Amino acid sequence: MRDKYSTMEKSIDEINTRIHDGNARVVTAEEMPDIVAELGEEAALREVDVVTTGTFGAMCSSGAFFNFGHADPPIRMERVWLNDVEAYGGIAAVDAYIGATQQSTTQGDRYGGAHVIEDLISGRSIELRAISRGTDCYPRRTVTTNLLLEDFNDATMLNPRNAYQCYNAATNSTDRILHTYMGTLLPNCGNVSYSGAGVLSPLANDPTYRVIGSGVPIFLGGAQGMIVGEGTQSSPATGFATLMTTGDLTRMSPDYIRAATFQGYGVTMYVGLGVPLPVTDLTVVRSTAVRDEDLTTGIVDYGVPYRDRPTLRRISYAELKSGRIELDGEEVKTSSLSSYRKAREVAETLKNWVEMGSIDLALPTRRVDRTRRTHPMRETNLVPRVREVMETKVVCITEDEPITEAALKLLRGETNHLPVLNGDHRLVGIVTTYDVTKAVARPDDRVAVRDVMTRKVVRTTPEEAVDIAAQKLDRNNISALPVVDPQNRVIGMLTALNLGKLLGGRWKA
Amino acid sequence: MKLMVSFSRKKVSEPIIARAVMDTGVLINVERARIEPTEGDVLIDVPDESARTVCMKMRELGATVSVLRDAIIRDEDECVDCGACISVCPQEAFSFDSDWKLSLDQPRCVLCGRCIQACPHGALSLQK
Ligand code: SF4
Ligand code: SF4
Repeated sequence: MRDKYSTMEKSIDEINTRIHDGNARVVTAEEMPDIVAELGEEAALREVDVVTTGTFGAMCSSGAFFNFGHADPPIRMERVWLNDVEAYGGIAAVDAYIGATQQSTTQGDRYGGAHVIEDLISGRSIELRAISRGTDCYPRRTVTTNLLLEDFNDATMLNPRNAYQCYNAATNSTDRILHTYMGTLLPNCGNVSYSGAGVLSPLANDPTYRVIGSGVPIFLGGAQGMIVGEGTQSSPATGFATLMTTGDLTRMSPDYIRAATFQGYGVTMYVGLGVPLPVTDLTVVRSTAVRDEDLTTGIVDYGVPYRDRPTLRRISYAELKSGRIELDGEEVKTSSLSSYRKAREVAETLKNWVEMGSIDLALPTRRVDRTRRTHPMRETNLVPRVREVMETKVVCITEDEPITEAALKLLRGETNHLPVLNGDHRLVGIVTTYDVTKAVARPDDRVAVRDVMTRKVVRTTPEEAVDIAAQKLDRNNISALPVVDPQNRVIGMLTALNLGKLLGGRWKA
Repeated sequence: MKLMVSFSRKKVSEPIIARAVMDTGVLINVERARIEPTEGDVLIDVPDESARTVCMKMRELGATVSVLRDAIIRDEDECVDCGACISVCPQEAFSFDSDWKLSLDQPRCVLCGRCIQACPHGALSLQK
């Protein structure tokens, strides 16, 4: 009977008919590679009708549109808070969009938009507060009420950028711990953190976007949802496509929507998402036969505070999932941020839905534009560089001068910091008023500057962005940074005072 | 068995760990130590059968000793088995089982607290 597929193609209608008749063969993307290896591609095409995928991880770019219904007298909400988390009210009168990462005005990063969404899905009541200036048609100025999800007219999840095709793994080459959206990164590349389900990941199983695109039904947060189209920042041309997805929040489950907080970074939301892939031709067979061994990503150094962070090496998901990898000759522990157990649950649930005939498959009504790529921001006001604000008149001292000379220079130079140079005029240390005072107060056999200077000097360069320099001052609890050229010669000083002038309230000196 | 030994310099003038090892002959494994100028606490691991002897010795030397059990607790409802805690633990106390479920090997834990901070879901806490 299956001979009619010898044309090496299967239509979506044939697949849907099989689903309705209860005859469809549905497998997860984890099972598919072995089936293809065993049967061969053509037999696998005849045999398998649908491959289900799944992922469960942090998807910051998530949120929901709400319509609360009209109050009496009616209000045109201008600013809206749900449990003290501000939602965007710049749309029609009683509509708002809450973003998952928005933080509470009262609880900081312990509660945010994601928690509001999880509370609503879990059946808990939330407090709505809104204000308005009042108009002829909407006279009311404030409203406060407690609502359950069932009280809303609409609650529609919309995730502008989800389901990354590929996401970098992260490590940290600096000597301090970093708290990032990739989790806690230990110093000196002490660990590697990654995200994504690898073999089960939706876009990794359809990298040519043959069956993934606008209008395709999906699993989203435990409910049936839909792909709107490409997500924001989607970059198929570079292998980093994303999807915009939507679904009915009122049908979702806290099993697949979980609020979370990354320490030192903020609130995010874990979302379960899966796409059923109809096996329509050999291309789909081949792409769903992919294994963790074939899927690679880059390990990126998050210790570098710029947009273009260096990639230390390429790595496969098989290696990442093994828990240990090799980086620069050292063995490093890896761990994921997304849950593979939950990703499996998503793919299995979706498989059940298809087998039970409770979801109809569809091909994209509009395809992903494979030539599209994202660009960095065009900055018309360039971020100020250290060069523009540093002090260029710098009083220095050499390491073998006596401490008394340092004291004199500090007095005369009206400064609290003296960069210390060696015979070649290279920076080798720094002395502060405090160091000198201490040495004078407790006289011992230490007489030269080299005996009292601090050798580990935190420094900056003329081209460094001032925000990064400001972070260095903050973190090290210091008030001045020597500015050095590539030869380590001091060409300026950057002080808290310079930064205070420039950054004002944002960076208080 | 893990014991938390706390002392203040006023009461304890000797290096008490070394003293206790010498006097009792029990090998003491120091897992974590916080030593301040005037006080300190040290988390030690000793064989179960010697715990009593060590406890008594430490108290004799002027320290307070408490027995630690089940240090880190995991709320199974909050945990999503992501694994973010695995690579930050210096003791490799966490791992995945064959079904990608998280498991915790309590006896390895030295209560550094790193995992509590690293868990995005607030699933880990310290049982006092
Ligand atoms: S980090 Fe938290 S949620 Fe993730 S596996 Fe560990 S305990 Fe569970
Ligand atoms: S407290 Fe420290 S040692 Fe104990 S499990 Fe957590 S990270 Fe590991």
